[in-house]
Amino acid sequence: MVDRNSIGIASELQFFGKMTASISHEIKNIMAIINESAGLLEDYNLMAEKGIPIDPERIQVISQRVIAQIQRADGITANMNSLAHSVDEFQRSVGIKETLELAVGLAQRFADMRSITLKLQPSSDASAVITSPFHLQNLIWQMLDFAMDVSGDGKTVGLTFETGKASVKIRVTGLEELSNLSEPAFPTEKEKALLRMLNATIQQDEKAGEIHLFLPKDIDQALTANS
Amino acid sequence: MRVLLVDDEQELVETLAERLGIRGIEARWTTNGDAALALIDQEDFDLAVLDVKIPGINGINLHKMMKEKCPRMKFIFMTGHGSQDDFAAGSAETGVDYYLLKPVTIDELLHKMNQLMNK
Repeated sequence: MVDRNSIGIASELQFFGKMTASISHEIKNIMAIINESAGLLEDYNLMAEKGIPIDPERIQVISQRVIAQIQRADGITANMNSLAHSVDEFQRSVGIKETLELAVGLAQRFADMRSITLKLQPSSDASAVITSPFHLQNLIWQMLDFAMDVSGDGKTVGLTFETGKASVKIRVTGLEELSNLSEPAFPTEKEKALLRMLNATIQQDEKAGEIHLFLPKDIDQALTANS
Repeated sequence: MRVLLVDDEQELVETLAERLGIRGIEARWTTNGDAALALIDQEDFDLAVLDVKIPGINGINLHKMMKEKCPRMKFIFMTGHGSQDDFAAGSAETGVDYYLLKPVTIDELLHKMNQLMNK
């Protein structure tokens, strides 16, 4: 028999490993671009020494490329930092908008690999919930990963949220193929463990092609109310 | 020597192609597998440098498809991933000597390219 706790721990480690591997891959790519750009500048320098004229616009293009890659690296390391600090405390107040922005940032490369567009609905809603930020991030990733599998290459997966009185509803949209699945593939035991951890629930709206996550505004109050 | 570079990082393949061009090697580039397959239908290449993880068809499958179309074409894998699985997959396809981890120096790439072409 599979121990539920071990499913939870394995899922946490898998998520952390998957995200850090993806981040390190991206950083490697950025380093490779900066490395080649520096190399190209060296090539230009050697050509100039041999009297071959160099177009100053080319130098400008390369320096802008390096600046753009450094900005890209800054965004990626900021996401990595946020993810790393999400385990500082088991629970704390987290902004939903910021959480979804981080989720999209972390999932972006996986979406690019599947040629999928991730669309976060802009929102001025500053709602926050008291929850476990790491487990919430893990659960949103599982939802997005499933949504990207279901929607297929070249499609758009949307992410949005609505605030209710005692809970926040996070909607993952763009799963038009949801009704064509032969059997319910989501949530699996992995997501069920996370839902228990967050005292949250998930619903599938096959007609709308959406998955809805209902998250209590305060995990403690929800736990007390349900106990 | 005509080389095709395939990597989803456009800035990388664009810069590498220019640097190879400076060294007298004609290089074309693309950022996805479908475009790579279309290119080899239109043009002849001696060698392809493929990223393992590219959008659409992954590098390993792309290698198989390209090899079918152009049996004489040689291949080098280049990747940012250093996982054992990727390494095993890449080296099984091309031989351990032709699997490079990013960032790759131009001299290292040229050395591998020449080694492969003279094999």
